Amino acid sequence: MIIQFICRAILLGVPLLYGSTGEIVTEKAGHLNLGIPGIMYVGAISGVVGSFLYENSCGNDIANMNPILAVLIPLACTLVGSMLMGLIYSFLTVTLHANQNVTGLALTTFGIGLGNFLGASLINITKSELPSIALTKTSSFFAAKLPFADSLGAVGKLLFSHDFLTYLAIIIALIVSFILKKTRVGLNLRSVGENPATADAAGINVTKYKYVATCIGSAIAGLGGLQYVMAYASGVWSNNAFGDRGWMAIALVIFALWNPSIAILGSFLFGALCNANNYIQGLGTETQELFKMLPYVVTIIVLIITSMRKKREHQPPQSLGLSYFREER
Amino acid sequence: MEKQPAIELKNITKVFGKVVANKDINLTANRGEILSILGENGSGKTTLMNMISGIYFPDEGQIFIDGEEAVITSPKDAFQYKIGMIHQHFKLVDVFTAAENIVLGLDEGKYNLKASTEKITAISSQYGFDLEPEKKIYTMSVSEKQTVEIIKVLYRGADILILDEPTAVLTPQETEKLFNVLRRMRDDGKCIIIITHKLHEVLSLSDRVAVLRKGEYVGTVETAKTNEAELTEMMVGKKISLNIDRSEPVNVEPRLVVEDMECIDRNGVKILDDISFTANAGEILGIAGIAGSGQRELLEAIAGLQQVQFGNITYNDPKTGEKEDLRNKTPLQIRELGVRLSFVPEDRLGMGLVGNMDIVDNMMLRSYRKGKTAFLERKEPKDLAQHIIEDLEVVTPGATTPVRRLSGGNVQKVLVGREIAASPTVLMAAYPVRGLDINSSYLIYNLLNEQKKKGVAVIFVGEDLDVLTELCDRILVIGSGRITGIVDGRTTTKEEIGLLMTKSKQQGDENNG
Repeated sequence: MIIQFICRAILLGVPLLYGSTGEIVTEKAGHLNLGIPGIMYVGAISGVVGSFLYENSCGNDIANMNPILAVLIPLACTLVGSMLMGLIYSFLTVTLHANQNVTGLALTTFGIGLGNFLGASLINITKSELPSIALTKTSSFFAAKLPFADSLGAVGKLLFSHDFLTYLAIIIALIVSFILKKTRVGLNLRSVGENPATADAAGINVTKYKYVATCIGSAIAGLGGLQYVMAYASGVWSNNAFGDRGWMAIALVIFALWNPSIAILGSFLFGALCNANNYIQGLGTETQELFKMLPYVVTIIVLIITSMRKKREHQPPQSLGLSYFREER
Repeated sequence: MEKQPAIELKNITKVFGKVVANKDINLTANRGEILSILGENGSGKTTLMNMISGIYFPDEGQIFIDGEEAVITSPKDAFQYKIGMIHQHFKLVDVFTAAENIVLGLDEGKYNLKASTEKITAISSQYGFDLEPEKKIYTMSVSEKQTVEIIKVLYRGADILILDEPTAVLTPQETEKLFNVLRRMRDDGKCIIIITHKLHEVLSLSDRVAVLRKGEYVGTVETAKTNEAELTEMMVGKKISLNIDRSEPVNVEPRLVVEDMECIDRNGVKILDDISFTANAGEILGIAGIAGSGQRELLEAIAGLQQVQFGNITYNDPKTGEKEDLRNKTPLQIRELGVRLSFVPEDRLGMGLVGNMDIVDNMMLRSYRKGKTAFLERKEPKDLAQHIIEDLEVVTPGATTPVRRLSGGNVQKVLVGREIAASPTVLMAAYPVRGLDINSSYLIYNLLNEQKKKGVAVIFVGEDLDVLTELCDRILVIGSGRITGIVDGRTTTKEEIGLLMTKSKQQGDENNG
């Protein structure tokens, strides 16, 4: 029971981890991308479209499907879809100096609309009775577990029973952490987010860093959408099922104090909090809704504690949300 | 010993819009030498140095480095020529350590902070710096931050160092320490250029002095063969007659009495110390001083915008004849008494006007409280706006044009006009002619003179000494937050004011250094 609860928490937490790792990369370049929910949504639907087309081209027969292609095609679609969203965001905010909050919110609205449009179109094509699209075959490839997981009992279930996107999320978060802390690129990126004028004077290409960080961040976030559809929802897409996971990912960034390593644990905690209501018996519907607030409550508590401690390292990048005009130096 | 020229400027000219910042400048700086660039505010010192460090590109003229012509289009180019500039405003990332800031943007192969730290320590001990490479910038004092900036350019191998007013933010002890380091660098064969307007520093530190005045090159003299008087004259120039109509003050009576005022800024540094003076009705009191000597804080303290630590500010109310202590009053109450402040900051709009609002709305910023009903009273400010546009010849498409779209001079007319319209008893105008052309300037001078005739106590903070000596009845000179002298505007000379401006309390210690 407890093992199942933890595994479930991890499964729920992984999309948040992708979203917040992506957002951390973007925010470290000084850009508050509130478009993350929309980008994750577009990432998910791009993967769905990709795997839908591949399944169809194989005549909807699992025997015809190449496992590697079945994974790579949706993966590539997701990366391209979410990167394009990131590109729109960076063009507007970096090149045209548009207000970041407004742009991000617009992108979220746009992304969810686009996702729902494509989702509804696919449902229409399949002439399905249900308002959803089932890609269970592709999902079975995504959800493939390590072969020895079951033979190791509880430990095996806890450590080795997850889908590969879960491991990828943790690896990406660790790599991002390492790059930010230990490499020259990370140092340069952080300086761009803290003080772009200083970075510029030091000969760093601020615009390039902002673009690349936003696009890579968006791509990472998009993977969260794909993981949600393929692993959590077992390949079933229905419009708006993704819910508020994107916003939770942004809350997780604050919870994690802009550190992807902390975000790993934070995502599991958020997943556990989201899921706790299903494991406590005798809760009414209204109390269950109360439980869904918990991740946000925890974020607020973290905000209060860090504000009180006033440690500069735990604050958001200094020029977060501000446009950089070179002429103003 | 004959010294090698490190950098030579030939006929350098730089124009910003209509303003000529540098005109035909010829200058040479040698290796193993400290060259001071001396000049008043706006004489073009920083612009000139920014051209050497790649921030601006000269419109005309050539730069030679070690005898060969150099084209410097970016700070990166400047680094290639081993030129490093330490700006007045530090370019550092606060949450990084000193070492991280120093290696930022460099490409020296493998990222190894430990090796870099060792190199930094080596540089520190070579020149006698005190620096902990692991320390975070935001925990550092101003002097430590400056050290980081200097080591940053040395780390990049600079051997031509330009320092823009490095002592402006330092205590006397820190200044002495910095000078010792600079002397050591000079003896090491580096070329050091220091921008300053502090005469005593020039005399104690540099080998040669180049003087700029209003964007033009006046000359270079050897420090050993000159003195304060000569340098001051080179800096301020011969007196120019402006023919500002100055009337004799009538009905002079003390209006505002400031006694022993002291203020500290947010960082706990004393910005005003022991300030005592009287502003009289029917008189223009000029305030002269190097930029940032405490002029702004002085006016703000009177207007109630700046916390006053010690001292008294007494206002003699002409209506009631009573004495009022301004320190116990809110800025709003002070304004109601008739003490008006019109401050024109460097960006002009920053204080007093809202750029996106039109002239009428900006008038309303001062009158919106007067309305009797819940709705805004628009008639009065509208009339006032029209009145100002006509009287002060504000060039604008109409009273409903956003102030942001007006030219600088017109913005200032609106700002000053609004404060005058309130028929003040004390009018404080800081830099009201900043950036204005001659005609607009005279319009403002006449406005101030009219106010004086009406019996207003006018306090005028100005930059141009010619104007101060022709417009003001008395001139208060402020240096490093202290009053260094109050002189009669009719009998004083520019040289006298110039000397007072550059005098500060450090001067007494100079001989020890």
